[in-house]
Amino acid sequence: MDLRYSEEDIRFREDVRTFFRTALPDDIRRKVVCGQRLSREDVVRWTGILHAKGWATPGWPVEWGGTGWDSVKQYIFKEELLMAPAPEALVFNTSMIGPLLIAFGSDEQKSHFLPKIATLEYWFCQGFSEPESGSDLASLRTRAVQDGDEYVVNGQKIWTTMGHRADWCFLLVRTDPDAKKQRGISMLMVDMKTSGITVKPIITIDGYHDLNETFFDNVRIPAANLIGEENKGWDYAKYLLGHERSAQSRVGLSKMRLQRARQLAQDIACGTGCLADDPQFRERIALIEVELKALEILTLRVIADGPASTGGASDPKASILKLKGVALQQAATQVLMEVAGYDAMEYDGEFLKGAAEPAGGEDWALTIAPNFYFARHVSIAAGSSEVQRNIIAHSVLGL
Amino acid sequence: MDFNLTGDQRLLKEAVERLLADTYDFAQRKSLLAEPDGWSRTQWQRFADMGLLGLPFAESDGGFAGGPVETMIVMEAFGNALVVEPYLPTVLLGGGFLRLAGSDEQRQRLIPRIIDGSLLMAFAQAEPQSLYDLFRVETRARRVGGAWVIDGHKRHVLHGDSADVLVVSARIDGASNDTEGLALFLVDATAPGVTRRGYRLQDHTRAAEIRLENVRVENDAVLGQPGHAFPIITRVVDSTIAALCCEAVGVMANAHERTIEYMKLRKQFGATLGSFQALQHRAVDMFVQLELARSIAMYGVMSCEDTDPQACSRAVSATKVQIGQSARLIGQESLQLHGGIGMTEDYPAGHYFRRLTMIEMLFGDTSYHLAALAEAGGGWRTGRRLEFF
Repeated sequence: MDLRYSEEDIRFREDVRTFFRTALPDDIRRKVVCGQRLSREDVVRWTGILHAKGWATPGWPVEWGGTGWDSVKQYIFKEELLMAPAPEALVFNTSMIGPLLIAFGSDEQKSHFLPKIATLEYWFCQGFSEPESGSDLASLRTRAVQDGDEYVVNGQKIWTTMGHRADWCFLLVRTDPDAKKQRGISMLMVDMKTSGITVKPIITIDGYHDLNETFFDNVRIPAANLIGEENKGWDYAKYLLGHERSAQSRVGLSKMRLQRARQLAQDIACGTGCLADDPQFRERIALIEVELKALEILTLRVIADGPASTGGASDPKASILKLKGVALQQAATQVLMEVAGYDAMEYDGEFLKGAAEPAGGEDWALTIAPNFYFARHVSIAAGSSEVQRNIIAHSVLGL
Repeated sequence: MDFNLTGDQRLLKEAVERLLADTYDFAQRKSLLAEPDGWSRTQWQRFADMGLLGLPFAESDGGFAGGPVETMIVMEAFGNALVVEPYLPTVLLGGGFLRLAGSDEQRQRLIPRIIDGSLLMAFAQAEPQSLYDLFRVETRARRVGGAWVIDGHKRHVLHGDSADVLVVSARIDGASNDTEGLALFLVDATAPGVTRRGYRLQDHTRAAEIRLENVRVENDAVLGQPGHAFPIITRVVDSTIAALCCEAVGVMANAHERTIEYMKLRKQFGATLGSFQALQHRAVDMFVQLELARSIAMYGVMSCEDTDPQACSRAVSATKVQIGQSARLIGQESLQLHGGIGMTEDYPAGHYFRRLTMIEMLFGDTSYHLAALAEAGGGWRTGRRLEFF
């Protein structure tokens, strides 16, 4: 047992850090530091820079443009990315549809889609949840009926993150209404320009447009866009949710937020000194950092146990990473709220969207409340914390 | 980075677990507690025969040169069985001081006797006013001719009642809260002027209150350099805390597993407790805390290898904080989920809960270590960018 990073890993971390310092464009870095939302152009530009370096899809097999890094290196890369801080990869492309096609896609699908997924030439969104199917995802009702070499899809999806920016969607549809609910589901890819698709915005409590409702009205999808086998869609969805879970401890993100809170607190008066020196404030941060350290080691234990390609997806302990990771992410946004105080109260929607200058408020504080509000979603999306507890109770504890 | 045990470590783990499975179930433990010392000399000899008492010592001292992982394995297994024998005071504290500060003569005289099971040690450190601060020592030692004379009052000396040799911290200089001016002495527990009052702790382990009046020791009883003992005390206590946290993981693992088993058997309202979602989720929260505790305990023991003593102290404080939080939740929830049966002396759950509660206090509770960590800058090493703990 040796919990230290190897010399090679330490050099690797330095290389990655140096790259992020030099290659990340200043305007994008400033947006991330200030907590502003990124445009599609920002994310595509940054992904292009990573792609040119060969680092856009680190977890993919080498033959499909991956790096061949082991799971520890991948972890280091992700952590340095979050702490740079640089924009995260588009999870739908890099961690979901890409790995899914690599595992289950046809050769034609792989050679056509994977290069475009890697560069975001095809920006994917995810069509899983439905108005009546939230945590109970398998009850979904969007129907696909085969008609010749096409599927005809009717139904409604909801919470389609960035659906209005997306070129493609991978979605779960019911292909066999008579089978047990998990058995009759298939997964399709659809071009978002296909006729019959309507995307309507959902404005969330942060005042931002990220989510959408997506309606399918007699949408004709080529049968060639079926992923894997018909009626095996639930297996693929579970594979993906496992993938997501292990990536969602996001320890680096919480570390970065707490460091930011500490830094900002140096300019906030408190008693005879500053908030950063207040013992209670320091203890609050230290307590979250202790839990982050424990979670960091646990994350490394989980990914070290599993094959690098799955990021530990096969380990039911991955549910702990999501459960605890999101709680700590939320705790860190709460600390930032306390640091900002009154300055967090002003709403400036344009600045949140990425305007270069705020209307007049404090640029460091304006996004803190919207990001705090939006962070409530992390314990709801991708399997709510209650669903994660159900998974652990059943598959680990045998209850 | 590697989370696996070596082949030898796996063998050690299996051997210790087998020994405890054979000799240390709950009923056997109950009869050990009834022995005159409150623990079992027979059991102690079994640990000696297995080589556990020599584990952390250098081969040149007759030991097996085990590292922190070997100690972790033993302590976790001890926690799982609620072992009450004086391993921590004798091997980790007493042995730790000898390893770190003992002269050749001191090591040669004492370590072989620890290893063969014939010598018990204890660390007389805490005092009525000290609480957890290791520097707050009012016991005084003064030079008289070529010898030293010690006067003071020590409390909560773990297994101090059965120890043969005490490691006593005393002040030779400075005020009661100075870190400078401390010294360590090896004191025969039966020396003239030493009086001991042994007592049982809440969790059935043992401790003693010890008074030292005009206790005279020769110069060869001094451990390390007199006046500069604080860094040694800190180092030995830090690695003992890390080991204690591994014991806590064993206690928690057992408490959790025991609770899950009970939930699968116990029926109320016509259904097993484990079928109720409200209770399932609480059992999951216990499991989450167990895995966080296990993770940080690994980190804590490995950090004791760090050459930078401050880094080691910070890591140990972080470990103690997480262990304290986990221990509280797991111990208390285990009792709650057991219901009334957990409240009884004859049922194991309450014993695990009591041990966890005592471990949280030993060598500084959660609040104490959180304050220490916050004071030291929290999760980041000052001056070195991006060094998290």
